[in-house]
Amino acid sequence: MSSTTVTRQPRQRTGALVEKVVRRFGDRVVLDHLDLAIAEDELVVLLGPSGCGKSTLLRLLAGLDRPDGGRVEVPARRAIVFQGDRLLPWQRLLRNITLGLRGPDAEERARVALAEVGLAGREKAWPKELSGGEAQRVALARALVSEPELVLLDEPFAALDAITRLRMHGLVRALRSKHHAAMLLVTHDVDEAIALADRIVVMGQGRIGTSHAVQLAAADREASAAREELRAALLADLGLADQH
Amino acid sequence: MIDVRLEAPAVESDTGRPEEQAREVFLPRDARRRTPLAALATRLRWPLGIYTTPVVILVVWEVLSKAGALSATYAPAPTSIVKSAVDLWRQGVLGPDLSISLRRAGLGLAIGLTAGIVTGVLGGLLRSGEYLFNGLVQVLNTIPLLAVLPLMIVWFGIDELTKVLLISFGAGVPMYLNLFAAIRGVDQRLIEMTRTTGAGTWRLVSRVLVPGALPGFLVGLRFSLAYSILGLVAAETVNADQGLGFLITQGQTYLQTNQVFVGLAIYSLLGLVADQFVRVLERVLLRWRPGYEVA
Repeated sequence: MSSTTVTRQPRQRTGALVEKVVRRFGDRVVLDHLDLAIAEDELVVLLGPSGCGKSTLLRLLAGLDRPDGGRVEVPARRAIVFQGDRLLPWQRLLRNITLGLRGPDAEERARVALAEVGLAGREKAWPKELSGGEAQRVALARALVSEPELVLLDEPFAALDAITRLRMHGLVRALRSKHHAAMLLVTHDVDEAIALADRIVVMGQGRIGTSHAVQLAAADREASAAREELRAALLADLGLADQH
Repeated sequence: MIDVRLEAPAVESDTGRPEEQAREVFLPRDARRRTPLAALATRLRWPLGIYTTPVVILVVWEVLSKAGALSATYAPAPTSIVKSAVDLWRQGVLGPDLSISLRRAGLGLAIGLTAGIVTGVLGGLLRSGEYLFNGLVQVLNTIPLLAVLPLMIVWFGIDELTKVLLISFGAGVPMYLNLFAAIRGVDQRLIEMTRTTGAGTWRLVSRVLVPGALPGFLVGLRFSLAYSILGLVAAETVNADQGLGFLITQGQTYLQTNQVFVGLAIYSLLGLVADQFVRVLERVLLRWRPGYEVA
């Protein structure tokens, strides 16, 4: 009895903690005693090939799925940005953002959030009138408007074109200076990982393989010897070294 | 450097000259200056829209009747049908019959739609609701409306109750089926997203499930209206002493083909009005759909 109450107690005040998490689908073990800790205000990029269990881990952190073993500890205030924008097509933008908000200032907060992602004045637009990049910006605003302590991003820019994706990276960096939240970004794009991460973890065989802290200045993330070194290391971790 | 040039293959025609490659040029639609005459012609091309064919048939019908090619006993001219309608109205026959029929249809629809919507919402939102209602309605759905009529007469007599219940039956079943499917068909990814924003159950229902199920609800409403008119006809044709169906049966008995056609025309008008009503609802409520232009 006492052991269960102990494990139900939170171990840390901030960030997220994943301990020895197991998740199986039938016979296939997707997550095999995986450990991961995300510190407060840290942006961790989870890198890995398709089907390695990245999204499974993210869904566990989101509370959309339960582990078969181990434990997951996350703040109650968390938000997710999915790969698709998942906007409600029958609601105007403002109502899409206020979906999870309560209180009399909900609309005002949504207006501010919309302005932050560069869509001020578009409150009354329908989602069908937006481009793919704009829709994804609204999804970002919807996630950040509730001031979450943990933001989970599931390949949020994978469906966007290269130019829009670069703009979104800039937007994410700008938003991080205003919103202080731990972030986990799942991607299979090595360049995206280098552009945004405080730390890059590479996943393989159901576990976190290697971890690279990234302490590069913004300009060095674009082009520098250190960047190329990191890129080569990441590709090697992904088993793609000989192809580049 | 070797200069590589790719030449377009010149197709030699029989005359020996290289044939010109077919090309297309796209310009704005209003590039050609439109004369007022051309604008008028465009406007006049289909002034009646989808009602062109019905109107053409009416005109041909009128001409054939006037020419004596159609016997007045079989198919009286449209104008004479209109005249009969006016006459019947003046005699004080059509007015009361129409109001009786409309009252039956309205009452039956109200009961049927209420039952269909309540069970549809419960079935759509709750698993226990699904188990309670789904099997029953699926079975009811396989029974033709007209086949229930004899049973209803045995149970409820030949009075108003049978007629109203038949209309309710016709309206309720399609409403339940469409509403159930519409609620269950709301995109799971949107429901999942809504949960992650911290929205409560009420928000989920009011902002996601209800508006998401609206298109399906309107499809159900269209079927319900159509079937309720079908039920109205069936109920009134059998054992009625008032109403449109009675008017038609009476016309048939006394070989008053005019009167039969008046009844048919009113039924079809009711159907048209019901359809237009749903169309207006769709235009107002479904503006968010990609198929609909922003007003």
